[in-house]
Amino acid sequence: MKAMFSNGARDAGILLVFTVAFTALMAGAYLLTRDTVQRNEAEARASQIRAVLPAGSFDNDLLADSRALPKADAVKLGAADSSHVYLAKKSGQTVAAVLEAVAPDGYAGQIKLLVAVARDGQALGVRVVAHKETPGLGDYIEAAKSDWIHQFDGKSLSAPPAERWNVKKDGGAFDSTAGATISPRAVVRAVKTTLEYVNENRQRIFE
Amino acid sequence: MISKQEANVIIQNSIWKQNAGVVQILGMCPVLVMSSNIVNGVSLGLATSLVMLISGAAIASMRQFVPNEIRTPIFILIIAALVTVVDLLMNSYMHGLYVVLGIFIPLITTNCIVLARAEAFASKNGVAQSALDGFFMGIGLTGVLAVLGALRELIGKGTLLSGIDLLFGPAAKSWVIYVVPAEQHYQFLLAILPPGAFIGLGFLIAGKMALDRRAEARARAQTAKAEIQAA
Repeated sequence: MKAMFSNGARDAGILLVFTVAFTALMAGAYLLTRDTVQRNEAEARASQIRAVLPAGSFDNDLLADSRALPKADAVKLGAADSSHVYLAKKSGQTVAAVLEAVAPDGYAGQIKLLVAVARDGQALGVRVVAHKETPGLGDYIEAAKSDWIHQFDGKSLSAPPAERWNVKKDGGAFDSTAGATISPRAVVRAVKTTLEYVNENRQRIFE
Repeated sequence: MISKQEANVIIQNSIWKQNAGVVQILGMCPVLVMSSNIVNGVSLGLATSLVMLISGAAIASMRQFVPNEIRTPIFILIIAALVTVVDLLMNSYMHGLYVVLGIFIPLITTNCIVLARAEAFASKNGVAQSALDGFFMGIGLTGVLAVLGALRELIGKGTLLSGIDLLFGPAAKSWVIYVVPAEQHYQFLLAILPPGAFIGLGFLIAGKMALDRRAEARARAQTAKAEIQAA
């Protein structure tokens, strides 16, 4: 009995030593890489945002000219609690806003989007930044997989008219692939919502 | 350290006789998920090989300090810590590769082949042997992932090597082989979705068994012949 207890105590001690040693190893690796990882992530984020804006249309640091939207606004854009807006400026003039929007009704949950909107309410570009749609089926909404997402470039709520902001299958103006209409339908709706939001809040966003 | 003969035995055993994917049938979760095309499959396989090489060596070098009764939690601790460190180091120093492989790396912790080799091999053998065993177990798995990925991609989409541009940049887009011309938009969803992974793996296991059986029958016939000649 006594031997069992002392063995147990010894084992617990050894487990503790291993846990401390390997936690220290992980903490060390984390501290060593933290700055680089943060820089890489900021850079990746910035290049995602740059991708939705036409090249050369702005000259500011997009990450520096960003702000969080109030929760009520984020909810309007489909996000659960937070959303950011990034302002693109050319020689001090705000030319466009990039908004984080979410299509909540994808085939497999949320589709996260970046939508660039010009001052006049025209969509400059849209990118899907995160989604869980079926690989090989619904994932053509990604810019890496197909050109589908470029349809939004230059569109606004008047061209095509608001009632035609839907996929062709539903009588709208936007293409979709047969057999996979849920994902594009969700994206079209979210882009439309975003443009409507910008129209209603133009002053607040661009000032 | 390790003799050439011993190394050969380990390599043969890891890649073929005890193949992780089709003989031990371990590590199914990532295998079934990531084998929808060759590029994904091979990427995950190579990342797993790297982690198994490190974890095999680490566990073998520490095995004398690990009491038998609590070896499993300690092995899991070591593997999870190493995966985390590899994940962080890749994220900071090889960011381009990390963007592509990043999602696979946490999956490696869920791959029970890593723990299985720690338990069955690294806890009983030397550092060099365990590193070799781990690495080639990973390579054996990579082989299965490549074949299964090719099968599913070919039947599901009529392509080979799709997505290679994610690894080698946009220039590699022309490396994709279209067995069915791209304009036809050929698709056979069953092969791309999870059921295709199970069905494909079933055929691979059966194929491996058929090959082994044929080799066995041939060996038996040869010994029989030798016995007759001797008599």
